[in-house]
Amino acid sequence: METLKVKNRDIVVPGETLAEGMGFLPSRGTYRIRKEIKAQRLGMISVDKKVIKLIPLTGAYLPKVGDKIIVKVIDIMMSGWRVDTRSAYSAVLGLKDATSDYIAKGADLTQYFGLEDHMIAQITNVTSQKLIDVTMRGPGLRKLRGGRIITVNSHKVPRVIGKEGSMVTMVKQATDCNIIVGQNGRIWIDGEPEKEILAEEAIKKIEKEAHTAGLTDSIKKFLEKKTSKKLEVKGGSQK
Amino acid sequence: MKDKKEHILKALKKGVRYDGRKLLEYRKITVEPGIVHGAEGSAKVKIGDTEIIAGVKIALETPYPDTPEKGNLMVNAELRPMANPDFESGPPGEEAIEIARVIDRGIRESKAIDQEKLCIEKGEKAWSVMIDLVPLNASGNLLDAGALAALAALKNTVFPEITEEGIINYDKKTKEKLPLQKEPLEVTVLKIGEYFVVDPLPEEEELLDARLTVALTAENMICAVQKGGTEPLSIKEIDTMVGIAQDKAKELRKLL
Repeated sequence: METLKVKNRDIVVPGETLAEGMGFLPSRGTYRIRKEIKAQRLGMISVDKKVIKLIPLTGAYLPKVGDKIIVKVIDIMMSGWRVDTRSAYSAVLGLKDATSDYIAKGADLTQYFGLEDHMIAQITNVTSQKLIDVTMRGPGLRKLRGGRIITVNSHKVPRVIGKEGSMVTMVKQATDCNIIVGQNGRIWIDGEPEKEILAEEAIKKIEKEAHTAGLTDSIKKFLEKKTSKKLEVKGGSQK
Repeated sequence: MKDKKEHILKALKKGVRYDGRKLLEYRKITVEPGIVHGAEGSAKVKIGDTEIIAGVKIALETPYPDTPEKGNLMVNAELRPMANPDFESGPPGEEAIEIARVIDRGIRESKAIDQEKLCIEKGEKAWSVMIDLVPLNASGNLLDAGALAALAALKNTVFPEITEEGIINYDKKTKEKLPLQKEPLEVTVLKIGEYFVVDPLPEEEELLDARLTVALTAENMICAVQKGGTEPLSIKEIDTMVGIAQDKAKELRKLL
C-alpha cells in the first residue's frame, strides 16, 4: 500500500508522516523509519514523482562549498584567521587565501583583518566533520568597511536576492545603497543613514513575507511609496 | 570597530541614529505596573526592544546597627543569559553591579522612601525593601529602563498583612502603600564623538566615549550622578548633559 499523505508545497512539522510504503524515496530533509517517510524539520514539501524533498523554513545556516558568505573575525591565529560563519561551525581563512601580498613570518595580521571585522568570503571546502575553509581570492570578495550588518534567516536569502537578483537590485535602486547578501543570512548595507534604514526595513519585510505570492510587487509598492521613485523590476515577477 | 564608529558618527552628523531616531529621542516606552502577583509591588517596562521587570519584596528584619531607626533598602540586578547572549550566568558582573548600585543610589539619595517610617521597633524590627531587577531582553539602556521600572514598582507596592502572632501573611495584602516621598528617575546621556544622545542602542553603548546617568526627582533636583566611559567630560558638557536629562525626565514622568 502506497499513499502520499501530503501535497506539494504543504508545510510540515518534524516527525510528520509524509508518505507510507516503499515506493517513495526520502530526499533532503526527510527520513524513512520502517515503511513511513517522515519530516526531519519544519519546512515545505516538494514532491517530484517518487522523490519527496523538504525545503527547510527555519534553522541555522549549513555551510556549502561555493557559497559566498559574510564572515566575522573571531580569532587571529599563527597563520590565518578564524571566522564566524553564523552556522554551528567556524571557518578558517588561511594566509594564502587572504591576500596576494607577501607576509613575513610573525607579521601583525591585524593590519589585514582585525577582530570583529566583517568580510565577504567564499567557502572552498567543507569536510564531513564540518571543518570549513574560506578564501578571499575571487571577484567581489573583500573586507566590508563601514555600513551595517543585519541578519535574516538564511533560508529566506533566496527570496531576498530574488530571481536573478531582481529583488536586491530593486532595493539597491530604490535606496542607492550598496548591499551585499551573504548566503549565511548576513547582509551588509552601506549608504546614506536614512536610506540604510529604509533598505533594512525593506529586507526585513521581505523576510517576514517571504512565503507570500506576489512579493516582488508588494515590495515594489512599499519602496515606491517610501521613496516616491518609479522602480523597474528586472527578471519579471516571481511566483 | 573604528569603521563602525565612523559610520555611526557620519549618521549622527546628519542627526540620524542607527535606527532612524533623532539624537534626543527615546524609543517607544510602555509601563505595566503590577504584573507579578507574588511580589508586593512590580512593574514591567519596555523601551523599544529592551524589556525589564522590577519586583519589590518587603520583609520584617532587624535594622543595621548603625541605622537602628531605619528600615533597609536593597537593590539587586540580575543579568541572565536569556536577556542577551553576551551575559553569563554566575555571580553578578560589573554591569549588573553598576546597574543595581546606580539605581539604588538614585532611590537612596533622593530619600524616596521614608526609611524611618519603616521602623517598627527601634533596633529590633523594621520593614526592609528589596528591589529586584530582571531584564527579559537587554537591547540597550538598561539603566533608564531599570530606574523607571523600579519607581513604577515602588509606586504600586503595598504592605502585606501581619497576623496576630506577628508573622507576615504574604497572601493577604493591605491597602497601605510604601511611604514614598520622592520619585527619582534616571536619564542616561551618552557622548559619542561630539554628539549627545539618549536611550542608546547596544551598538551605541559599545562605541560611547562617555556617559552620564543623572537621577532626578519630580522637582528636577539632581540626587545622584554616575559617569561612565573612558573619555573625560568638561564642566560645560556636564551642564548640557544634565540639561538634556532634566528635559527627558519630564517626558518619562508622564508615563507613570
